[in-house]
Amino acid sequence: MLLKRLIVCLDVRDRRVTKGVRFLDNRDIGDPVELAEKYCRDGADELVFYDITASAEHRPTDLEMVRQVARKVFIPFSVGGGVRSSSDMRQVLLAGADKVSLNSLAVLHPEILREGAKAFGRQCVVLGMDVRFAGVSSSLPSGYEVVIEGGRRGMDLDALEWAKKAVELGAGEICLNAIDTDGVRGGYELNITRMISESVPVPVIASGGAGKLSHVKDAFLEGGADAALVASMVHSGEFSCGEIKRYMMEHHIPARRAFVRKESQ
Amino acid sequence: MGAGKIVILDYGAGNLTSVRLAFGRLGAPAEVSGDPAVAAKADSLVFPGVGSAASGMEGLHRCGLDKVLLEAARSGKPVLAICLGMQMLLSFSEEDGGVTGLGLIEGSVRKFVFPPNAHVKVPHMGWNTVEHEGKHPLFAGIPSGEAYYFVHSYHASEVGKDDIPGTSEYAGKRFACAVGRSNVIGVQFHPERSGEAGLQMLENFTKWDGRYATETSDRLS
Repeated sequence: MLLKRLIVCLDVRDRRVTKGVRFLDNRDIGDPVELAEKYCRDGADELVFYDITASAEHRPTDLEMVRQVARKVFIPFSVGGGVRSSSDMRQVLLAGADKVSLNSLAVLHPEILREGAKAFGRQCVVLGMDVRFAGVSSSLPSGYEVVIEGGRRGMDLDALEWAKKAVELGAGEICLNAIDTDGVRGGYELNITRMISESVPVPVIASGGAGKLSHVKDAFLEGGADAALVASMVHSGEFSCGEIKRYMMEHHIPARRAFVRKESQ
Repeated sequence: MGAGKIVILDYGAGNLTSVRLAFGRLGAPAEVSGDPAVAAKADSLVFPGVGSAASGMEGLHRCGLDKVLLEAARSGKPVLAICLGMQMLLSFSEEDGGVTGLGLIEGSVRKFVFPPNAHVKVPHMGWNTVEHEGKHPLFAGIPSGEAYYFVHSYHASEVGKDDIPGTSEYAGKRFACAVGRSNVIGVQFHPERSGEAGLQMLENFTKWDGRYATETSDRLS
């Protein structure tokens, strides 16, 4: 049976994991490689690393960090931030990442999705989408607008329309991040999560806003998501991935148990 | 036989970084090579691959690695095929208008097809449980029902029961996610991306002497 995934997101700045509230006020959480190993042991199904300052600093993705993670992490992980071309994508994948997350770049240059899918397979191409509720209008039939540059720039682009178009172009997965709820821990934006997951033939990851166990459950049961992304919830130490998994199973959401190898017992 | 020298076959079908690093993690360094002479001297072969069946087979022929694989299969060397590699072990794939495989195990590769109104997502992607009867040495110490990471749109089909050490189920369809005969085993999932269970399987591979006999063939021999 296909299981629902729990994904841990690590925002990285200067080779340190940080976590902000609505993309601001970043707080130091720890070393990316050590945290990655911890979350793997703890039962995370996948990891996402965002090099959050690469774009602003006009530099490529921190490939050395990707290489270090790849030596320690044996579950899928994706990397975003600082990718400007398909040759940048290639570098990130060769450094050991399984997937590349494209966000602002894909909005400004949608062809990158097609190029990436053609060169590496669509399973390597994750569309990261930041959205906010802006109210239903003629240009925003879903009511949700795509924003870029860390939430600073509204694009007057409808979130649902963009999701469908991005999948047609080559996105193999959508990570849907609601910026109104990001880091606020009040729950995912379930409405747009459901709209998109019912409309596209690729997995949808709910992101932004998880603070309580019940939020994770809601992402699956009400949002129809294939995966739930968490950050603050586990970075704060309040919950472990193992606890979240147990909670999912108690609520009949199929989840993976952490297997312990004989050698490491 | 033990680990010996492991060679990961490089024939241009995808990124081999994570497979190499996984063996490194287990203290069983594996060499990545596309050179048939190097591969022929290996004690065991890992045959990964992502992409399409046609380009995969083309790559194998171009590098001359198809012959190395056939010879390894005959000689009793352990061979582990992963993902597209597993699919190429079979006789035929319907991908790319029909492609002849290595034929080391009889069977075909078919696309996942579901009714449009079922809204089943293809590729089958994510963690899925694998059910097995614990007979194959690669599953030693790993309970049936443990999860592994999958990404694929095509699956093994029409494989003989004795050649199926493990199965999985997607959207109501049960399929062979592991195919194996004597010293050759293929898995559809990615052990190198399947956390500790996957590492256990790779570790089992490094310790495998290449022997695997199903009940039926035991009786026959």
